[in-house]
Amino acid sequence: MTTVRPHIGRERPSGGFELYSWYFFRLSGLLLIFLAIGHVVIMHVVNTVDEIDWQFVADRWNSPFWRAYDWLMLFLALLHGLNGARLAVDDYVRPQGWRVFAHSVLWTLALVFLIIGSLAVLTFDPSKFEVVAHTGG
Amino acid sequence: MTTETTRVVPTASTRGITAYRGYRPPPGMISWALHRITGLGVLLFLLLHIVDIFLVNYGPEVFNELLFLYRHPVFRIGEIVLVGGLYYHAANGVRIILIDFWPAAYRYERQLFYGVIAVFLAGFIPTAFLMIRAMLVAGGHA
Repeated sequence: MTTVRPHIGRERPSGGFELYSWYFFRLSGLLLIFLAIGHVVIMHVVNTVDEIDWQFVADRWNSPFWRAYDWLMLFLALLHGLNGARLAVDDYVRPQGWRVFAHSVLWTLALVFLIIGSLAVLTFDPSKFEVVAHTGG
Repeated sequence: MTTETTRVVPTASTRGITAYRGYRPPPGMISWALHRITGLGVLLFLLLHIVDIFLVNYGPEVFNELLFLYRHPVFRIGEIVLVGGLYYHAANGVRIILIDFWPAAYRYERQLFYGVIAVFLAGFIPTAFLMIRAMLVAGGHA
């Protein structure tokens, strides 16, 4: 007895880039459940925007663990989110020219935000500002 | 008033919301729409958040100067909505993965959707409570 599975949700792509994107979407989603919700609970519930300031970030990024955590989260969240936006573009933007334009915007955003995000997480050096922080405060 | 003759006589089961005979979206449509809206919303915030955290490189004056934005009540309410959107997106994402990798899951579509709502509420109610309390405490000091 064979039962035909009705189409529920998005069909798995048969191969190529779309299949990689399909797997990446799910794998990054699973990892982000822990990374992003962990981040939200630490930064928005346990601590709040009242406690968080420049010094808070500097102390937190003293630890390579949190830098690695934030960088992994940046990478996964940005690509997961822009992949979702790409699927939305494919759903709604029909004319060829506008599709090329929208996809170009998304890839550009991915590149630019990965660069500025990585610069923030990886090159931030609080000791550069020690003097400024003391004279200012 | 010609439709008056064909109207269903109100009984206990046809009163209120159950009396509505128009289009009712299936659970898959609601969960899909919410997933897309929350996903794009969180993405929009993520882009803003990457820009603001980039500013730590410009030192404490610049960074702290801009924090008034995040401490504004309108933004704090937006922050709670954002966390709710993220929680829903996470819970519904698990449902999507289940349906993708467990062929029989389609039979439990409705139950899985109710499960998503239950998980979402279990996470969001305590979170929202703590965030609103923190917001009121901060508001009291200001």
